[in-house]
Amino acid sequence: MSVRVLLPNAFQKHTNGAKELQSSASNLPQLLDEIEVTFPALKTHLRDETGNVRRFINFYVNEEDIRFLGNEKYAFKDGDEVLVIPSIAGGSCSCCSYCGQEDCTCC
Amino acid sequence: MALSYELCCRECGKRYENQPLSICDECFSPLEVRVDLDAAKKTVTRESIAQGPTNMWRYQALLPVPEDYVPQTPAGWTPLLKAPRLAERIGAKNLYIKNDAVCMPTLSFKDRVVAVALANAQRFGFDTVGCSSTGNLANSVAAQAARLGLKTYILVPADLEAAKILNTQVYGANLIRIDGNYDHVNRLSSQIADRFNWGFVNVNLRPYYAEGSKTVGFEIAEQLGWRLPDNVVVPMAGGSLITKIRKAFKELIALGLVEPKDVRFFGAQATGCSPIARAVKTGADHIEPQKPSTIARSLAIGNPADGIYAAKAIRESGGWAEDVSDVEIVAGIQELAETEGIFTETAGGVTTAVTARLYAHGRIKPDELTVTCITGNGLKTTDVLAGAYETEQAIRPRLTDFENYINEIKELNDLVSGGVDVR
Repeated sequence: MSVRVLLPNAFQKHTNGAKELQSSASNLPQLLDEIEVTFPALKTHLRDETGNVRRFINFYVNEEDIRFLGNEKYAFKDGDEVLVIPSIAGGSCSCCSYCGQEDCTCC
Repeated sequence: MALSYELCCRECGKRYENQPLSICDECFSPLEVRVDLDAAKKTVTRESIAQGPTNMWRYQALLPVPEDYVPQTPAGWTPLLKAPRLAERIGAKNLYIKNDAVCMPTLSFKDRVVAVALANAQRFGFDTVGCSSTGNLANSVAAQAARLGLKTYILVPADLEAAKILNTQVYGANLIRIDGNYDHVNRLSSQIADRFNWGFVNVNLRPYYAEGSKTVGFEIAEQLGWRLPDNVVVPMAGGSLITKIRKAFKELIALGLVEPKDVRFFGAQATGCSPIARAVKTGADHIEPQKPSTIARSLAIGNPADGIYAAKAIRESGGWAEDVSDVEIVAGIQELAETEGIFTETAGGVTTAVTARLYAHGRIKPDELTVTCITGNGLKTTDVLAGAYETEQAIRPRLTDFENYINEIKELNDLVSGGVDVR
């Protein structure tokens, strides 16, 4: 069994320019392990300090958000195309735009 | 000369020089623009703003465009209207409407963000721009790109309202209908932006684009006589606008242009697509994506990228979020039109209905100065009112016919109100 995994441009700095990989992982946790083995430089960027995948990274299987398919419980099928896409957000951060502190007192 | 703004990662803080980029390459989190307010403080005063044009570019020094940029599109500076008749209907006493239903050139607040995004598209040398859109953004990108002579590719969900499709095509844009919802469209846009060297206003130009929303907040404060309201009610799709109005207020405080005040922020969504309202109500620190099913298609984003920031801003401010049904949305559109003469689209119906509920539930007190944000025009979503009004019977052009007609109407109205004895 094989799934095609498409990586975003933002990852390429840590994947020697690779944009995709073929994986034999059968679910999302296995796929994450495989990505990290294939691209060791990506590991610290993909997960936060507690080891969780960073919250702005989304996974899609074919056209569907993997969270609608059971998330980590979803069993990949042969020929699945997995998209890894970071959220594109553009609002303001939680920190103050003036002093840069999260809980500022300046305003 | 160095620019007075730069890109900054919202999570890890890494800074980047200005470029078409929206994701941090270290932690894959969103980038935002940070304006150097210390520099602005030396030059931006109430007087300097008042001397600027009567459009959003009066705040140019606080927007991420080069200092010598000459604006091409006079968007913004929309009316802030006292709304006494709507107020009376919903139990308010100090209610204002920020009316971006008449924002130029395409009748929605998106004209503000697009104006800033395309200024940067030109600066970065793009000859082709695009966007993923639920409609209003499509209209605005198409119109403003036409004015700037840029090629345009616009991706929309296939089931978009006919008026919003027409209002994109008329400007000569390449419109691509995608067989899916907005979240599918947005995802594809991310892939396209990775592959093609185009300026996608809400993908690789997103940090700049989003700053345009601040002008809603700047205008509210200035139009209130340089003071902040007690409450603001804002419709939420991706969740960006509400956070940017808050950012605008904070910047005005930091610049000393208004007195500090804790403004409470209230978010409005349709029940058929309410991931942010749900997060606020449940206290969740994450957004659970939804599959949208609502007539408020301009708010139908099931996986809102700024959702967690919007929910956080609302909670921190002491505000709240509500969601309303499709029936309430239509009633909201009619109520706003009948009381204040403002015809808004479905998103404005959401905001109006949510505003009414916030008063009814006591979350907003009658005397508090409250601004409700109307962000789009009803002429674009007339399909939701199909069947709501009867086509009146034609009468002959004779005064007697007219008098008979008026009497019939009067009797009918008396009947409905129970004012006539029909025994």
